[in-house]
Amino acid sequence: MIYALAVFAPLAGALISGLFGRAIGDKAAMAASVMGMIVAAICGPLAFFQLTSGVAHPEVFQLGTWMEAGKFHVAWALRYDTLSAAMVGMVSFIAMLIHVYSIGYMGHDARPRYRFFAYLSLFTFAMLMLVTADNLAQLFFGWEGVGLCSYLLIGYWYDRPSACAAAIKAFVVNRVADLPFAVGLALIFFKFGSIEFATIFPAVGAHVADTYTVFGHSFAAIEVIGFLLFIGAMGKSAQLGLHVWLPDAMEGPTPVSALIHAATMVTAGVFLMARMSPLMEFAPYALGFVTVVGASTALFAATIGCTQNDIKRVIAYSTCSQLGYMFVAAGVGAYQASVFHLITHAFFKALLFLSAGSVIHAMSDEQDLRKMGGLAKLIPWTCTVMWIGNLALAGIPPLAGSYSKDAIISAAFAAHSAVGNYAFVCTVLAAFLTAFYSWRLLFMCFHGRSRADHHVLSHVHESPMVMVGPLLVLAIGAVVAGWALNGWFIGEEWKHFWQGSIFNGPHNEIIEHLEHVPAWVEHIPLVVGLLGIGLSYYMYMLSPMTPIRLAERFGGIYRFLLNKWYFDELYDAILVRPLLCLSRVLWKTGDVTLIDGVPNGLAWLTGSSSRQIVKLQTGSLAVYAFSMLIGVVVLVGLFMICR
Amino acid sequence: MNAGNILGFPLLSLITWLPLVGAAIILSIRGDEETVASNARWTALWTSLIVLIVSLLIWVRFDRADAGFQFVESVAWLPEYKVGYKMGVDGISVLFVLLSTVLTPICILASWESIQTKVREYMIAFLILETMMVGMFCALDFIVFYMFFEAVLIPMYLIIGVWGGPRRVYAAVKFFLFTLTGSVLMLLALLAMWLHAGTTDIPTLMHTQFPAAMQTWLFLAFFASFAVKVPMWPVHTWLPDAHVEAPTAGSVILAGVLLKMGAYGFIRFSIPMLPLASHYFAPFVFTLSVVAVIYTSLVALAQEDMKKLIAYSSVAHMGVVTIGLFTFNEQGIQGGLFMMLSHGVVSAALFLIVGVIYDRIHSREIARYGGLADRMPGYALAFMLFGMASVGLPGTAGFVGEFYVILGALQVNFWLAMLGGAGMILGAVYTLYLYRRVVFGKIVRDDLRHIADLSPREWAVFAPLIVLTLWMGIYPSSFTGFWDASVAAMVKQHTAALLESTKLAGVLH
Repeated sequence: MIYALAVFAPLAGALISGLFGRAIGDKAAMAASVMGMIVAAICGPLAFFQLTSGVAHPEVFQLGTWMEAGKFHVAWALRYDTLSAAMVGMVSFIAMLIHVYSIGYMGHDARPRYRFFAYLSLFTFAMLMLVTADNLAQLFFGWEGVGLCSYLLIGYWYDRPSACAAAIKAFVVNRVADLPFAVGLALIFFKFGSIEFATIFPAVGAHVADTYTVFGHSFAAIEVIGFLLFIGAMGKSAQLGLHVWLPDAMEGPTPVSALIHAATMVTAGVFLMARMSPLMEFAPYALGFVTVVGASTALFAATIGCTQNDIKRVIAYSTCSQLGYMFVAAGVGAYQASVFHLITHAFFKALLFLSAGSVIHAMSDEQDLRKMGGLAKLIPWTCTVMWIGNLALAGIPPLAGSYSKDAIISAAFAAHSAVGNYAFVCTVLAAFLTAFYSWRLLFMCFHGRSRADHHVLSHVHESPMVMVGPLLVLAIGAVVAGWALNGWFIGEEWKHFWQGSIFNGPHNEIIEHLEHVPAWVEHIPLVVGLLGIGLSYYMYMLSPMTPIRLAERFGGIYRFLLNKWYFDELYDAILVRPLLCLSRVLWKTGDVTLIDGVPNGLAWLTGSSSRQIVKLQTGSLAVYAFSMLIGVVVLVGLFMICR
Repeated sequence: MNAGNILGFPLLSLITWLPLVGAAIILSIRGDEETVASNARWTALWTSLIVLIVSLLIWVRFDRADAGFQFVESVAWLPEYKVGYKMGVDGISVLFVLLSTVLTPICILASWESIQTKVREYMIAFLILETMMVGMFCALDFIVFYMFFEAVLIPMYLIIGVWGGPRRVYAAVKFFLFTLTGSVLMLLALLAMWLHAGTTDIPTLMHTQFPAAMQTWLFLAFFASFAVKVPMWPVHTWLPDAHVEAPTAGSVILAGVLLKMGAYGFIRFSIPMLPLASHYFAPFVFTLSVVAVIYTSLVALAQEDMKKLIAYSSVAHMGVVTIGLFTFNEQGIQGGLFMMLSHGVVSAALFLIVGVIYDRIHSREIARYGGLADRMPGYALAFMLFGMASVGLPGTAGFVGEFYVILGALQVNFWLAMLGGAGMILGAVYTLYLYRRVVFGKIVRDDLRHIADLSPREWAVFAPLIVLTLWMGIYPSSFTGFWDASVAAMVKQHTAALLESTKLAGVLH
């Protein structure tokens, strides 16, 4: 039952603060929301540890029927297995810290805050429903729920046009991916007769030979399903092509960014891959596609991260890149490694975002790295935890990232396939760039000479305890999570730990192979990481003119990266504008002129012809009698002829 | 009178004709204008509430396991022509009767302050409208159905033409002519069916097998009538005009119930009575529906008038309904039916949402608003809920139907599911864009600075719709349970009919 409490306590908090926030006041609403999260953060990890320690066993808690239509049946249920419990533990714990942090961060906001806390709790609830789903429809419920909440939170400051635009963009881009996802669910139902995990997973073997026709070709049905589901995951997890919403999601308050990037939302796609592993394992082509997209995203996002000047944007692209890593792991069959990285990443990414929030808070809402510098002495706590976060992100041992990220790079190598090698190269390059842009951020923000104006500088202050506290907890997590969880997730005990909640195909022994990669593969992430840090130190501390000269020398490349590979402009030109234009054309020309032209024309015709006919009505009896006579003659004549 | 009714009294006729009694009472009110108006409002409200309460008996007493018609009552009318006054509901029609009786009191309450001229006549028109709507969904005789089906137009025509906006006469005439055009053909089809089967009894006709060639012609004749009513692309253009000019409550009934008449006609007549022709024409219907979904969603995006936008979105949603109905599998048909029901609630609510600010500012122009969230948080919440339901967010009414239709459509064709589901994306675009321009942003106009949030009366209007929207989303089984058996029987019958004809063809070859 504590498991259900972990899921529904945030909902209770959201409802109390959202519906009665105005009545009970801001403080009480905030307290209700935070209390709900504290309950969840106690119950969630507890349920996880009960499972791992063997006190509890995997099971499914049925809550009631949801949808029924013929043989289609879907129930509300909570799935309690290692994968779900690990996600619940992580989500509830990190979301709780973000709630506490928000008390301090939102302290200066002019609006009543109950709305913000209601959204945060609802967001957490939706994510918990997603990870505890026992069928794809409930997963979709959570999936869309996080979409709605991200829309509400990104657009929280709704009087800013940029925030509204970013919110709509997030929702719509996600929806674009959700359609293939929904169709994928329909295809699963069509082929398996159910979308409940308990029915699908055992039946996959029996449906390997099924085919389905798309584009006039017959494909293995499971491959088609795998592709459709992954497109859904690409949207939610901001992979190449559908990533455009994520950087713009910065428009929301910083705790929201932390929640979106670390605990909820973007991890949903990775979770989906792990959850559907029994099916994905039989879709090798789809997995190859997953690997290629993941690897490309990892590298692509990292290149952009190197040139951005907004502190949150740099971290946002690093999320994008790290999600690419997770998909690489899933694509080569090392789902365990991808979930491992998901969890460690949640700690250090939440830490990075919240400490970035602390910087912004200290700098009177300044987000431009070019106007920072030398803040280390002014906000020492924030500086320290941000260093820890970046060390973890760059994969410097023994911090969290080094365990999970190295495992992914090794997995890509151990796959011994063409896509695996591509992924290996991409992820190693991305590791170099990650270290580079992480230290670029640190140097530009905390070290060197200050570039801020004295007015802002005089107000710089360390954040209150309610904000620094969560940062310290997350910092501890970022230091120890990798070391503590390694044995369970991908180490010796992995089979016992997962208890079959993630499936590896009969010939998939990649987790065992992780231990047996050559030594150079094991060391290469650290080496490129240190090189990246070194380069960054050279460019931003020793020779600050170098970046400027490079930007001038390679202006084209620099602008290409600075403008994020022009993805937004491209979509604007080939999708947004043509569609808006088309919508006007269809309305003005299609509806008003063409379709309405027919009845309106008929009406005109009737009107004018009746006016002509009116002229015949002269009122003269003689004319009438004469026309009648002609009529009779014609009729009789016709009658005679036809006889 | 046939006493085969489990309640021992003609419940359906009572629900059908009771509003007319209320109308007669209102007609007899005497006094100065103020008294008449006030009495008319209260009488209409009480009448519709009593009808609602009586109709809830159906909800309680309906046997969900029975696929056939229930509460049947039958009186000989023209026995020599085998035409009778016959009423009854099955799983497919029963919830639409309830939808009509639920929406009518809501409409009367919503018109409380916004209608100030000719209140008595307005209320009478609404009660007559209720009689016609309920009668149409209950009718089990084709002639009776036809009369209700056409008579519905008259009060609606008056409501638009008398209490409508500036271009009301154009809109009313367009509405009337469009919807009447097809009806002539339907009457001819009806006569042909009567000639062939010798009766106009609907249950009998549902089990009559018409020759394949005749089915084609009958289907086309029905299609002409129902497609306009749905409305399907390209005969949808009467709808935006009618909605824009109609008073709020008129739009609510138009979107909530009248748009369901066409789809109801398909599911009641075309599909069960003409299985071969339905099967033959399904690709044609799918094409028009997919075009409707994409075309009208895009047109909705360009609208500058709130009501027009929602009207176009209705066309798109009804496109999804027709896709679902013509998949001929359980998920698709249930999805279509559910979508009809949920659209009846959600689009009605959205028109009421527009009505709220129209009553205050007297403009439907989107650009006229902005930043309402500051002053109207309750309104913003309700708008968001119904907007999300319209977009099809899981947990709200809109999701279940759309998802079922995708499930059903995929069994027919991948692209039908993909393109028919495109409304998921485009719907989100135009709904959120509308919401952003009206509710979000900064308040720039002075009159919006003092705009009042929802009044208790308005909350009373929205409360039942909010409850329904969430109930249908979280526990749809209490609604789908009504038609589960009927739809299963219908799908079975349809498959059997197709099988029969292929066998026959096999014999002939």
